[in-house]
Amino acid sequence: MNTEKPDNTKYYVPDQSIWPIVGALALGLIAFGAGHFTIEASRQEAGFGHYVLGAGLLVLIIMLVGWFGDQIRESRAGLYNAQLGRSYKQGMLWFIFSEVMLFMAFFGALFYARMIALPWLGGASNNAATGAILWPNFEAIWPLTLTPGGTETEAMGWLGLPLINTAILVVSSVTLHFAHVGLEEAKRKALTNWLIVTIVLGLIFLGLQMYEYVHAYRDLGLTLQSGVYGNTFFLLTGLHGIHVFLGVTLLIIMLGRVMAGHFTKDDQFGFQAAAWYWHFVDVVWLILFVFVYII
Amino acid sequence: MSTITDTHSAPAAHDDHDHHDHKPTGIKRWLFTTNHKDIGTMYLWFSFAMFLLGGSMALMIRAELFQPGMQIIDPHFFNQMTTMHGVIMVFGAVMPAFVGLANWMIPMMIGAPDMALPRMNNWSFWILPFAFLILLSTFFMPGGAPAFGWTFYAPLSTTYSTDSTALFVFAMHIMGMSSIMGAINVIVTIMNMRAPGMNYMKMPLFVWTWFITAFLLIAVMPVLAGVVTMVLTDKYFGTSFFDAAGGGDPVLFQHLFWFFGHPEVYIMILPSFGIVSAIIPAFARKPLFGYASMVYATSAIAGLSFLVWAHHMFTTGMPTFASLFFMYMTMLIAVPTGVKIFNWVTTMWRGAMTFETPMLFSIAFVVLFTIGGLSGVMLAITPVDYQYHDTYFVVAHFHYVLVSGAVFSILAAAYYWLPKWSGVMYDDFLSKMHFWCSLISVNILFFPMHFVGLAGMPRRIPDYALQFADINAIVSVGGFLFGFSQLIFLAVVVKCALKKGEPAPAKPWEGAEGLEWTVPSPAPYHTFDVPPKV
Repeated sequence: MNTEKPDNTKYYVPDQSIWPIVGALALGLIAFGAGHFTIEASRQEAGFGHYVLGAGLLVLIIMLVGWFGDQIRESRAGLYNAQLGRSYKQGMLWFIFSEVMLFMAFFGALFYARMIALPWLGGASNNAATGAILWPNFEAIWPLTLTPGGTETEAMGWLGLPLINTAILVVSSVTLHFAHVGLEEAKRKALTNWLIVTIVLGLIFLGLQMYEYVHAYRDLGLTLQSGVYGNTFFLLTGLHGIHVFLGVTLLIIMLGRVMAGHFTKDDQFGFQAAAWYWHFVDVVWLILFVFVYII
Repeated sequence: MSTITDTHSAPAAHDDHDHHDHKPTGIKRWLFTTNHKDIGTMYLWFSFAMFLLGGSMALMIRAELFQPGMQIIDPHFFNQMTTMHGVIMVFGAVMPAFVGLANWMIPMMIGAPDMALPRMNNWSFWILPFAFLILLSTFFMPGGAPAFGWTFYAPLSTTYSTDSTALFVFAMHIMGMSSIMGAINVIVTIMNMRAPGMNYMKMPLFVWTWFITAFLLIAVMPVLAGVVTMVLTDKYFGTSFFDAAGGGDPVLFQHLFWFFGHPEVYIMILPSFGIVSAIIPAFARKPLFGYASMVYATSAIAGLSFLVWAHHMFTTGMPTFASLFFMYMTMLIAVPTGVKIFNWVTTMWRGAMTFETPMLFSIAFVVLFTIGGLSGVMLAITPVDYQYHDTYFVVAHFHYVLVSGAVFSILAAAYYWLPKWSGVMYDDFLSKMHFWCSLISVNILFFPMHFVGLAGMPRRIPDYALQFADINAIVSVGGFLFGFSQLIFLAVVVKCALKKGEPAPAKPWEGAEGLEWTVPSPAPYHTFDVPPKV
């Protein structure tokens, strides 16, 4: 803590706000609706779940618009101080750390399945009887193209689309960095243009990823149901895809703010947070590319 | 210096010297609040309500187990009771109680005007009532509430569960978001909002232990989110993370769950250490023995908590090497824990002790938590765990650390800080009654469980062999005594809330230390608009 900084002697406590409880209501509706929707969809029954879920998403969007709007207005009105800025930055970094741990859970599942569960099912270590008696014809290979239960699939290669996507995301990290340099040097034109390039690259990535899913389902027979290889493939890339979507959304909001003339060298938390998030998403992809596609 | 406030319609910076103890009124005060004290109060009341609800479920369990044979509830409902009792007590009672205490006390202890992110703070709280409403709504679904135990092991939660699983999963998701946001708030508050001069090694231990707890929460709640997601996809979307036929493994579930679960149990005990480290010095009238070693011991426990998860899984057929690794790592935890107990005892050594109710609960904590810790060391020994695993011995162990540990420390904290919160002293007679009734009944309740457990009675069963009958009857009597003793506490708190009692001075405890005692009782709505000098 910088005890010498003068702004520390002036605290800022925000006023009451309606948005937190609206946000809680939104999450409550989403959870309740998603739960019932999942149950109804699995039974192929009509029900109320999707209405509740839709209402929840709507309330969530209203909440986000309202809450971020308040934040932006208050920030523009000069109510915030450097201490609050530090709180926001630290909060964002801890949030990203929690996201890292979320991905860790799925990577952990992937490593456990590959390194432990599958070899044991194939009879490795002291599991000769498991292999011989329970799953006699099972061969532990990765990618798991034939599950112990007999589901067949084809593996997703890493050349071609995935490699192109990797290049796109890496380049987008660099272009976002150029945008940030533009912001730091007050070159608004460069900032706007590089930000647009980044957003376009992110959207191309999402489009190619969707194309890859269609290819997997249609041509390779690789689905969410095709054993632990398909499970980890789709959950890891899907979770990452959701994060890319969120990141692009954030960047689009930031583009709108940039065009409205927001952000300066000293007042750029929103932009910075979105940029950190984007770089995080890129790093996750690189790890994912190595462990899900290549190795 | 002044607080800067604004309104939504017309954001404007203005200095307002009359703003000092202004508080909004009516229901809006609670719904839209950004005040750490209001939010802390709501967390504490919510937690107490959940404690009574989860407790009444425990009483259902104990009523059924009073005699062998099936008398009151059917086995499926019994399983719902054990599950919901666990989920509610862990996520609804103990964790929110600690978050409530953190909200009330951390800003006052470090000389901050509020939490770092006050609006998010309110969001974290209000998610909880929604999450628990969703969870409780499952009782009215076909098939009833989740019945797979609070640990929701696959395949119980996947292949063999009812449809309430989907709601359980999503309720867990939003609960986890609430915990993560609460933890981020605590950690940022501590890193960024300390008054000038309040450096890290001057922070009260309650702040320190919560600092580390918040780190654990941010690290493991996402893993819980991941594992419930896999349960959801396994049950509803045809994945096979926990199904050998698809190349998965049910044991993978246990690894992921306990990677969350073991740090989780320290999340529920580290703040207790902080509370007891505040109370024992106050009533022993001596500074805490070994402050720095307490900080290091807490950090060591937190670090080790990531390396011990598989001691919950010794009977799953792990390789011997893994079993031994987790056994030794687990036993290592006894070392920093022992340091803490040594420090508390040494703080009391030759102190000028008095035995007000917070101190009584704290001393009971030290003794009974130690019993729970020692049975933990027994459970850590791989070969003998084969005997103890999944028996009432385990139930006795974790209730000693959670009830006579975590819950007793929360009660101690409540008595210690009630005068500061309410402005009146609690009813001393009732509080002593509460203590002695709780102390005696908690031991009648949980101590005999060690014996039936060692004799082989499995946990989570509605019926049992006849030779366990006498001890189960005793345990049930203890359970009802303990449960109803908590109503005395309710009476004490309600009296304080209604301001019925002696007015409390700013510092009601002679030996108490800390910034929270420099402000009047009850604490003003806004404390430390200007940072205090430390």
